[in-house]
Amino acid sequence: MYSEKVMDHFSNPRNVGEIENADGVGLVGNAKCGDIMKMYLKVEDGVIVDVKFKTFGCGAAIATSSMATEMVKGKTLKEALQLTNKAVAEALDGLPPVKMHCSLLAEEAIHAAVEDYMKNHPEAVI
Amino acid sequence: MNRIYMDNAATTAISAEALNAMLPCFGQVFGNASSIHSTGRDARKKLEEARRTVAGLLGAKPNEIYFTSGGTESDNWAIKGAAFANRHKGNHIITSQIEHHAVLHTCQWLEKQGFEVTCLPVDEYGLVNPEDVEKAITDKTILISIMAANNEIGTVEPIAEIGKIAKEHKVLFHCDAVQAVGAIHVNVNDWNVDMLSLSAHKFHGPKGVGALYIRTGCKVEQFMHGGAQERGRRATTENLPGIVGLAAAMEKAVNGMEENAVRTMYLRDKLIDGLLKTIPHTRLNGHPMKRLPGNVNISVRFIEGEALLLRLDLAGIAGSSGSACTSGSLDPSHVLLAIGLPHEIAHGSLRLSLSDNNTEEEVDEVLKVLPEIVTSLRNMSPLYEQFLQEEK
Repeated sequence: MYSEKVMDHFSNPRNVGEIENADGVGLVGNAKCGDIMKMYLKVEDGVIVDVKFKTFGCGAAIATSSMATEMVKGKTLKEALQLTNKAVAEALDGLPPVKMHCSLLAEEAIHAAVEDYMKNHPEAVI
Repeated sequence: MNRIYMDNAATTAISAEALNAMLPCFGQVFGNASSIHSTGRDARKKLEEARRTVAGLLGAKPNEIYFTSGGTESDNWAIKGAAFANRHKGNHIITSQIEHHAVLHTCQWLEKQGFEVTCLPVDEYGLVNPEDVEKAITDKTILISIMAANNEIGTVEPIAEIGKIAKEHKVLFHCDAVQAVGAIHVNVNDWNVDMLSLSAHKFHGPKGVGALYIRTGCKVEQFMHGGAQERGRRATTENLPGIVGLAAAMEKAVNGMEENAVRTMYLRDKLIDGLLKTIPHTRLNGHPMKRLPGNVNISVRFIEGEALLLRLDLAGIAGSSGSACTSGSLDPSHVLLAIGLPHEIAHGSLRLSLSDNNTEEEVDEVLKVLPEIVTSLRNMSPLYEQFLQEEK
């Protein structure tokens, strides 16, 4: 039911972990529904220089987290805010319909981390 | 890679005995058991032989055995058939919260048809309390349906006690014994059941065939209308290969049960003890003693079941889970919620179900691989991170 790309990102997830003293942290989802994503950003001059994630969830949740981090690494905050769940799902060669909410969670986690950065750095302009 | 199959509660590999019994029915014994000619009579002979075998293994009479398309049809037929045939006596049905969906969804549908259903709660181990059954009986109660053993957590229910109560109150008693046949002692008289469902593919028989036991005198509406097969109660040309396979598989499973159970229980307990000992923050779901010989069901905290299953599959191990992601809805298994597990712990459940085909080497391999997978998934779990911080 999962594409090869989903299985690849699930079995070898990229950017797993935490960033100490991260510039922005986003936490979305809840354990009751079975999915929690936490994203950590390191930002320099408006560019995401490092990103890490931790996810409690199914195969699709882990794969979308991994793909989302790859898609925003090296990008500007503005570009990161433009990341959509559709783009994440497409980059994974699609997700089963019942798993699309996982990609939405990945989008929300990235956006939440950028927003957290903005809150911590009110002077930043994007 | 050698595959390790530990999902025998979902389905089992067909036994050589069942396959060999079936093969002639795909060849020369192709007749329609209702035909008058010798080709038909050959088929009829095999059909009735199978019926006698199944009846004998259940303590029933051959004319009380009706072949169906499987456990789901047997459950549907028993419950709907008994409900409608006895509607003039009352409209109340008693069942439990941990029944299979084939029973629960049938009862929910009957509610829409004007029946009233009491869905009894279970204790933390998944046990139905016979006293609760007795208390729930009213003068409107026409049917009680309780499973012999739960498919997810393996808890074996006090069916004989419930059967006694049903008999005393003259209420029909249906038992879904799909997980029990071939695993534990099943006898329709010892249990005082009026109807009993079974499915061939759970005991190394073929898929798409099952049986319903209906005690003589028990009023049940016809489920499939058409020809006069199965003594006019279940129309459609009999699935002879399936029925013959069912009987052969059941004969082997029931006759070998005691010996197999000892061995399977040893493997089960080694697996349970090993997993609980090597993986911290795990719990056993279901009753520690009153459980199916092959059922292992644990909850592993801080990780999600589907991810665990996929990782196990990559390592060549097949299991199943009651997590939302594997149930096809946003809620985890109704059984795990009924025994009181919070959602987040229910999401991290893993069922490994053994059969007589499993070996000790396989159990050892799972005990080696599973803790590593859990560690790896926990290391990427924000819930685990939060737990560790709170522990400090």
